[in-house]
Amino acid sequence: MIGLEHYLIVSAILFGLGLMGVVMRSNLIVIYMSLELMLNAANLALVSFSRFTNTVDGQVMVFFVITVAAAEVAVGLALIVALYRKRQISEVDELTSLKL
Amino acid sequence: MSGAFILAWMVLLLPLVSTVLISCFTLKNDKLSARISIGAVLAGFVMSLLIFLSAREAGESNITWISIGNFQATLGVKLDNLSALMLLIVTGVGSLIHWYSQGYMKGDRSYSRYFACLSLFTFSMLGIVLASNFMQMFIFWELVGVSSYLLIGFWYERPAAADASKKAFLTNRIGDFGFILGIIMVWAATGSLNFAELKGVFEANPEILGATAGIVGVLLFCGAVGKSAQFPLHVWLPDAMEGPTPVSALIHAATMVAAGVFMLCRIFFLLSPDALQVIAWTGGITALMAAVIALQQNDIKRILAYSTLSQLGYMVMAVGVHAPGAAMFHLTTHAFFKAMLFLGAGSVIHALHHEQDIWKMGGLKEKMPATYKTFLIGTLALCGVPPLSGFFSKDGILAAAADFRHHGNVFLFAIGVLAAVLTTLYMARLVLVAFHGKHRSEAADHSHESPSVMTGPLWILVIPTLFAGFLPIESAVNHVAGLNHAGDHTQAPLAMAFSVLALLIGGSVAWSLYSKAESDPIANRLHGLSTALKNRLYFDEIFNGLIYVTHEAVSKLAEWIDRILLSSFIVKGLSNVVDVFGRGLRLFQTGSIHTYAFLFVVGIALVMFFVMGGVL
Repeated sequence: MIGLEHYLIVSAILFGLGLMGVVMRSNLIVIYMSLELMLNAANLALVSFSRFTNTVDGQVMVFFVITVAAAEVAVGLALIVALYRKRQISEVDELTSLKL
Repeated sequence: MSGAFILAWMVLLLPLVSTVLISCFTLKNDKLSARISIGAVLAGFVMSLLIFLSAREAGESNITWISIGNFQATLGVKLDNLSALMLLIVTGVGSLIHWYSQGYMKGDRSYSRYFACLSLFTFSMLGIVLASNFMQMFIFWELVGVSSYLLIGFWYERPAAADASKKAFLTNRIGDFGFILGIIMVWAATGSLNFAELKGVFEANPEILGATAGIVGVLLFCGAVGKSAQFPLHVWLPDAMEGPTPVSALIHAATMVAAGVFMLCRIFFLLSPDALQVIAWTGGITALMAAVIALQQNDIKRILAYSTLSQLGYMVMAVGVHAPGAAMFHLTTHAFFKAMLFLGAGSVIHALHHEQDIWKMGGLKEKMPATYKTFLIGTLALCGVPPLSGFFSKDGILAAAADFRHHGNVFLFAIGVLAAVLTTLYMARLVLVAFHGKHRSEAADHSHESPSVMTGPLWILVIPTLFAGFLPIESAVNHVAGLNHAGDHTQAPLAMAFSVLALLIGGSVAWSLYSKAESDPIANRLHGLSTALKNRLYFDEIFNGLIYVTHEAVSKLAEWIDRILLSSFIVKGLSNVVDVFGRGLRLFQTGSIHTYAFLFVVGIALVMFFVMGGVL
């Protein structure tokens, strides 16, 4: 029988993978994708709670998350494109002009 | 309040009124200013005479000036033999000098200011004389310093005068510092500043000051050292001669410099035997040193200034050998004849158009007979020729110093006799060189007698110079000071013999050296000694050096505190601490987004652990 804990474990694994991607990868696009992965891990957890507690609150929350994520992608990708156009950079290690 | 006290208050306040009137209203009207000032002091003299002659009883009348908690600052007038005598001297000599100033200062563009300052001085001096407590005495003590400053620097456009006034004021401040410390110690020990109360306290318990008695005595004496120009603070008095000559006569010969001696007599009951030893030796050293320096001065006023120093040393020495009566006696006679000598010198200087070098005078005997005669009488009195006043008063001091069984001292007596020899020598030199012989300059040749407004006071001063010696001042003052044994001159014949001997030796040496001299034989033969004396034994240079050294040391210390302690440790230290912390914190700012992200996650994990740790 597949229970709530299984879903939550998958969600945690996905979240961990996303986090590792954000922390360890240096390509901006990949970091971005990893962020999306973390959001979707959260979505999975919310949907699971919704299903196992027979309420729709979690699902409503997921819609909000998807909306915000879409907006975030739009802004974030635009920033990345703008940055690339200006500096020809796509690796975060090269973004060090704020460091002394 | 009896009549005598009302009179005393009026004597005190009249010169103040005169000062205010002159400085506020009549600065433009010279004649009126002089009249107001002279009127005030003359009225004061008449009232002082009434006080002196009235059958008064010793006492005081006080008004409370400031009241702070238990402490009452009072102003008062204290009348006894001592203050009545001083009142008479200050207003008497003061009147004559005010009168004389009319002639001497004629045509000066600050004529009114001069009289305002003179009135201010008279007020301050009378305040000291009448003071019933230490606080009032100190206030007026300082006021006297201020008015002396104003008068020495009267011709402030002359740099020498401006410097001399500053020097006098600052030197006096050093002495006054000791004085106020002494006053505070007396107050701390007894809780009273009133002389009459203090006297009662000391009679009830002579040991009240305990081990500090000597220190208190010496500190109080510091005030007298400054004001009466005793060694080593004597340096201001000769320079003070930059002021107008009547000022030198009034302030720096007759009254202000006597304030120190007067104060010592007033507080005689406070002085411990140790302190009196210090006082006696300081006085003796001053008397001898000043007399030696006077030998080789050529400025007529400076000779008289050093002579004043020497005589003040005598008076202080008299206090030190438990003879305040003799000190006040000499103070009185000295006030008269020294004022006369200064006024005579002023007359000479006036006639010679401000020539002060005695070697450029000569032969003034015929040109200025009145000045010469009075000057000669003053000189004889100063040298102690019997039966002039100076003979008796000097004899009193020598007799006290020769009273070996009580408080006399053979060395002090020897110093006194030696100073007497030197006194005769330098005064005879002054008279022989300035008034006898040939004219040595154009100015001396064309000199003429001063107007009667100036010679009048000289003749009036001759009277007390001749007869003041017969007044019973000594016993009257000793009575106030609480001494009953003094005044019996068991040693008088010895002192008298030595005093006459000193006179003869000094006079004959001076006659053989200077009666025909065209230039100074001492300077010609003993060149080194003469130069040292001309330079006043290099006291000014020594003090300059001392001040320089201490100044350097203090500024080095201040620099060390500022540069090392404040700047390096505190100011730069603080900034360095901040700097080091900043450098440390900067290590966290790697600029790598991975680090930030990692730290961010760690932070969230920690927050969640602390917030929800209890649940899990």
